[in-house]
Amino acid sequence: MPSRPPVRIANGQGFWGDSILGPIRLLREGPLDYLTLDYLAEVTMSIMQKLKTRDPSKGYATDFVRLIDRVLPELVEKNVRVVANAGGVNPHACKDALLEVIAKHGLQGIKVAVVEGDDIYGDLEAMMEGGETFTNMDTGQPLSGVLDKVTSANVYLGAFPIAEALDQGAQIVVTGRGTDPGLVIGPMIHEFGWGPDDLDKLAAGTVAGHIVECGAQCTGGNFTDWEQVPDMAMIGYPIIEAQADGTFHVTKHAGTGGMVTRSTVAHQLAYEMGDPSAYLTPDVVADFTSFQITDEGQDRVRIDGVRGSIATPTYKVSMSYQDGWKSVGQLTVSGPNALAKAKRCAEIVWERLAYDGFTYSDEQRMVEFVGANVCHEGITIPEAGEPTEIVLRMGVKGPDRAAIDRFGSELVPLVTSGPPGVTGFAGGRPKATEIIGYWPALVKKDRIQPRVSVFTSPSA
Amino acid sequence: MPNVPLSRIAQARSGDKGEGSNAGILARSQEAYDFLKESLTEDVARKHLLSINPGKVTRYAADNMWVLNFLLSDSLGGGGSASLKTDAQGKTHGLALLRMNMDVPESVLDATPAPREDGPS
Repeated sequence: MPSRPPVRIANGQGFWGDSILGPIRLLREGPLDYLTLDYLAEVTMSIMQKLKTRDPSKGYATDFVRLIDRVLPELVEKNVRVVANAGGVNPHACKDALLEVIAKHGLQGIKVAVVEGDDIYGDLEAMMEGGETFTNMDTGQPLSGVLDKVTSANVYLGAFPIAEALDQGAQIVVTGRGTDPGLVIGPMIHEFGWGPDDLDKLAAGTVAGHIVECGAQCTGGNFTDWEQVPDMAMIGYPIIEAQADGTFHVTKHAGTGGMVTRSTVAHQLAYEMGDPSAYLTPDVVADFTSFQITDEGQDRVRIDGVRGSIATPTYKVSMSYQDGWKSVGQLTVSGPNALAKAKRCAEIVWERLAYDGFTYSDEQRMVEFVGANVCHEGITIPEAGEPTEIVLRMGVKGPDRAAIDRFGSELVPLVTSGPPGVTGFAGGRPKATEIIGYWPALVKKDRIQPRVSVFTSPSA
Repeated sequence: MPNVPLSRIAQARSGDKGEGSNAGILARSQEAYDFLKESLTEDVARKHLLSINPGKVTRYAADNMWVLNFLLSDSLGGGGSASLKTDAQGKTHGLALLRMNMDVPESVLDATPAPREDGPS
């Protein structure tokens, strides 16, 4: 039996853009020890790097600062500690904004920590001179070919720097890029005193972190049998009840919507999965085929017996680079004969563009007839009848911005110079936007120095 | 043998994975899992999803969760920000697999409760 009550670690934000009601209701509707929040996707880092270039006080998730402004009194009163990767590419600016909010609330002695060392955007050339190739893990290409187009480069740090920040008394920990499960493992390492050799426990933390990292996707959101999910509007966000031996429960606050069953949890375990026997993190290699998963009823699922093995000698690096331009637009085509008219519309657009000297290869252009089985293309759907209306969605991509922009000006004219019943051009002429390419690579661990610093409100 | 949609005996969750996607198939019972592990091969999945994924299909199994995980190597039209597709993240690929019709033995159907469609119990 556990000698102490389990530690309650929730996740209230599955991605940048997730509902602010997640964390607000987690704090309001039941007890918590830690609130974790995930704001970063691969593309996010590039957008933030661009914001920071324009304004040195930007480049982090401003949503997070707004959230803290809203919930700070409750956080302090209930002594809930927060771990968020909201720092983006500018964690100190995020910390400064937080200290301002804390000062505004008149609260003193609140500690905010910054975990950094993940951002290697400025160090790439020096590291390459030192022998790192940053070979693309998917394509095998060396980075040298696109080095001048790179727009961000961040290492996925592990969980130990987060634990160190908590050891130093931080109530709010702001990180840059790290592994998503690390937000949950950090508090476990801090609470239970786990070390780098506690591989099975770190692997258990990894499984727990993976289950909650997409918020409500483990409590009935995006669940196959959606009709069975109660009160989805008021869906509860997930909570891990962790024990020192690595055993944990997945649950949610009583009275909230959604559900936690063996099935909803297994759904999320299958999300973004590769080889389930080797889930790589910088702290451990977790075996997702090793554990027992038990439905205890009443929205409680127990996981025990997770096994882990020693981590690899490298960190994963997530880089983004400028990879050309794209433009996508859409129109709605009503019946009768919606599909036939939409097909004619698409032909007309390509023909007019070709007349003006703009052609696009099959790889560079796209046409979708939304309403006529776009998502499940090629799969026979017996119950499908003739669509009563179609959203015509067209797009192009390529290296030449002018050619991509030219496309956008031939879509809207269809309303008056195409078949009848073409509408829905709200939003106007589609414009070329940048394609942010993703470049996954590896770097030797000894080249990276994670750093932790702690600041106390009011700041000096 | 009754011919039923895969959704009768399994659930699914999918999402992006680099330039492709993964579709996790979750069997609704141990019996369904044993049957699917035998019959829902890489080749069967690849043929069903050919228009969505012209690339390779790799299958992994997690017996503890009754999960068969299918990696589709080229299902996103370039992937991430480069994709022009509506489903640039492969969110619907799991449901696409569940639309497959299969001959399933009576014994497997008997051991596998059908999904309820009449609201929360």
